[in-house]
Amino acid sequence: MVHFMNMYKNIYWLLIFLGLSSYSQESSTDSLFSNITLDEIIISTHEKTLDDQHTKALSTLDEFLDKSPKINMIKRGGYAWEPLINSMATERTLITIDGMRIFGACTDKMDPITSYVEISNLSKADVTSGQQGNTHGATIGGALDLKRSTPRNRPFGWNGKLVSGYETNNQQKIFGGAVGYNDSIFYASADFMYRDAENYKAGKNIEVPFSQFTKYNISGTFGYHLYQKNLIEASVIYDKATDVGYPALPMDVSLAEALISSIKYERKQISETLENWETKLYYNSITHTMDDTKRPNVPIHMDMPGWSDTFGMYSKLNGNHRRHRFSANLNAYYNKSVAEMTMYPNNPNEQLMFMYTWPDVRTFYSGIHLADDYLLTDHSKLKISFALGGHKNEIADDFGLSSLQIFYPDMKATKTRFLKSVSANYLLNHGKWNYNFGLAYGERAPSVSEGYGFYLYNSNDFHDYVGNPYLSNEKSWEINASVHYHSTKFHSKLSANYFHIQDYIVGKVDDTVLPMTIGASGVKRYSSLDYATIFTMDYHIDYHFLDNFKAETLLIYSYGQGNDGENLPFISPFRYTVSLGYSKSDFSSQITASGNAKHRNHASFYGENQTSDYIIFGLSAGYEFLFNKTSLGLKAGIENIFDRHYTTFADWNNIPRNGRNMFLNVVFEL
Amino acid sequence: MKTLKYLSILLISLLTFSCSSDDEINVINPDELTDLIKIKELSNATHSIELYSKNGKLEQGYNALSLRIKDNNDHYISNATLSWNPIMYMTGMQHSCPKSEISKTPNKETLYNGYIVFQMASHGSEYWGLTVDYTIDGTLYSVSETIEVFPSEKQRVTTFTAANNSRYVLAMIAPSEPKVALNDMVVCLYKMENMMQFSVVDDHLIKIDPRMPSMGNHGSPNNQDLTQNADGFYHGKLSLTMTGYWKINLQLLDDEHRVLKGEEVTSEKESSSLYLEIEF
Repeated sequence: MVHFMNMYKNIYWLLIFLGLSSYSQESSTDSLFSNITLDEIIISTHEKTLDDQHTKALSTLDEFLDKSPKINMIKRGGYAWEPLINSMATERTLITIDGMRIFGACTDKMDPITSYVEISNLSKADVTSGQQGNTHGATIGGALDLKRSTPRNRPFGWNGKLVSGYETNNQQKIFGGAVGYNDSIFYASADFMYRDAENYKAGKNIEVPFSQFTKYNISGTFGYHLYQKNLIEASVIYDKATDVGYPALPMDVSLAEALISSIKYERKQISETLENWETKLYYNSITHTMDDTKRPNVPIHMDMPGWSDTFGMYSKLNGNHRRHRFSANLNAYYNKSVAEMTMYPNNPNEQLMFMYTWPDVRTFYSGIHLADDYLLTDHSKLKISFALGGHKNEIADDFGLSSLQIFYPDMKATKTRFLKSVSANYLLNHGKWNYNFGLAYGERAPSVSEGYGFYLYNSNDFHDYVGNPYLSNEKSWEINASVHYHSTKFHSKLSANYFHIQDYIVGKVDDTVLPMTIGASGVKRYSSLDYATIFTMDYHIDYHFLDNFKAETLLIYSYGQGNDGENLPFISPFRYTVSLGYSKSDFSSQITASGNAKHRNHASFYGENQTSDYIIFGLSAGYEFLFNKTSLGLKAGIENIFDRHYTTFADWNNIPRNGRNMFLNVVFEL
Repeated sequence: MKTLKYLSILLISLLTFSCSSDDEINVINPDELTDLIKIKELSNATHSIELYSKNGKLEQGYNALSLRIKDNNDHYISNATLSWNPIMYMTGMQHSCPKSEISKTPNKETLYNGYIVFQMASHGSEYWGLTVDYTIDGTLYSVSETIEVFPSEKQRVTTFTAANNSRYVLAMIAPSEPKVALNDMVVCLYKMENMMQFSVVDDHLIKIDPRMPSMGNHGSPNNQDLTQNADGFYHGKLSLTMTGYWKINLQLLDDEHRVLKGEEVTSEKESSSLYLEIEF
């Protein structure tokens, strides 16, 4: 799995999960650099690392991602957090599952793609920053590629796993299991996971109503080796969440359902030069149904279903020639996004009020991505990548088109854009020091909401948002640099990214338009700032001492401002994590402190208020009982030990975060 | 000789052909009635007048109507001139309503058309009568009958006394099929000169502010106030952001932009006293 982490992609280190195994598989020269610009989050315990013994094995994917220095998670409740990469949200990032494009079906971003998978489906998550994430499409902030777990890399024969967990704070019950088989002809696996949680409690034992959730997930993979070098693999994930509360929003979700399927054909070692050629066809379908029937005092009852279907393919070729490692990736997708809103007037004799909030927008994208790693010397390397994509939007529904023509009488049903991306990185290895310096340029098209949304209510700033089909592409100029020092006991890495984003898309108040949502304070139309700048910097050290101890520190600083001098929303204040771990043979334990500084640079212009500083503490321990061929792992811990009541910049409408939580995870491997 | 023979055959066949086609028009003419449903026939000894509209009934408000005159031999008359006069017979009084002249419908053989704005519906003993006077080849005929005018569910017409103490009738012509879109809106505005006489009002301004009372009085953007066109009607743009019930609040301003009727909608004043309604 790991070695596709190719060479052309830059590689970031992650704080807690040192992907030690990842570079053992790289060729020796590349290993000098491979750790420089990729943030790798190991999820599955199959590929064990020293450090993941510390983790809460049955964390939600959201909790895993939240630990990455490049990622923040916006919380609207206990479920379906929205990842920010380099302080940028869904529309500026690219989230894929094994390279597949998927788009959420909720106009209010209640269903990020990460909410449609489970940790049991995945082996790891790769976070790439800025244009280094342009492999699968256009992005500004970076990319998150969730890697499917596969039995292919496991020993021949049967394997199985049963997991169970419990968390006291929200009475979350977790059950899961997996079974797999692998041999030289074929492999197959199936897994399921179930989570059921009640309302969580914030610090001081204050219950947060409407924060419950129930999630079911099953997935399967089947692979067949044709001859020795070819492989066909089919994969499917079915995910269903019901009764999901969103305490920060005025509505909940009665159903969020995804079917994610793909079939892949892979050829290995085609020739001296061509190493690997992988072609995948995929289809995914998402249904998302919001629900306000359980809320008291709704001014008007409404149904807000949304659907998003995507067909796509990619074909990726990797090879090497002398001092080059190159790759070419052709990719395309076709997405259909529809969302509607039906409001039920209090007078039952009145006609229902109906509108399309996403007017059946079809997006067709096709692009090519070329990358090359050129070894300049044995200790220096140039990585370049180039991507070009055609992006076409079409409103397929006349009702929807004429709705938007209320705002834009001359708008056409279709709009075509070309998206370009280019990046270059210079990597230098000097003994224990690695240096990376990169420049990049990239563009993105407006999202469906930004281009074609119709009265989308944002409960954070109390405005209805209206899309703008005439938005220019957002254009990002980017500088990134990192310095990495590593010795056997001491690792330290400083990395920084600077983005100058032209035509930065934001909502601007339009006084001339009245809001639709009852209680909303106005309407914002998507438009562009001349530019915005975003800067993120993180510093990570870990230090192993006295054989069994490990100390870690992570410091993260972010900054974002528009050309109008206003701070951008959802930019983290200074945040930090400090931890001390102890592990000896099968026992491991960890104590953690993490916190944020006061949010001084909050974006009051965009409706944010200042959140105070906080610090919380956690403690966890694990023990692994090893039997003949099986093992039983127990992990237990306390989070937010002192039951601190707090909220952060990333909490929608300032909903408080979890108070004290005790967890127990049991992992039984066969 | 031969040429003459062929020529005569040609002439005869042409005549026969054109005669037969004339007959067909008078007997059945499917194209004539596309999208029209018969409301009623008004008959006298010599003719019956067929009255048509798109939905086959007369409603309170603006009614676009088509007419045909059929003689006792089922032949349709295509060269008549017509006029009409609707009268409301109320217990204590009688009055008429705004109406157009009747003209020949372009591109049709037998149809005539015009419109009538019924400001009220038939109601028990209060009923509408319609008299149609028509002239065929210099002879004047007349037919008169009771017609039933159904109440409209939503307010499509309004009669009011303005600040200048004049009475007006204002009726919505379009959109007849409203959409979630920027709709063309057309209304007609008449001043009531006396019980029987209504005159088109010129050069006024009708401000519009569509609202949804059920959605917290949500209002729509990019509406265009109504101004008079060459056809005498007032034209503008009406934006409707969703289906449902819309109250179109109006203000009538005279040629010097003095408000004659209606109030601006504000957070305190939820609706204007002058309004029309749409529900779809």
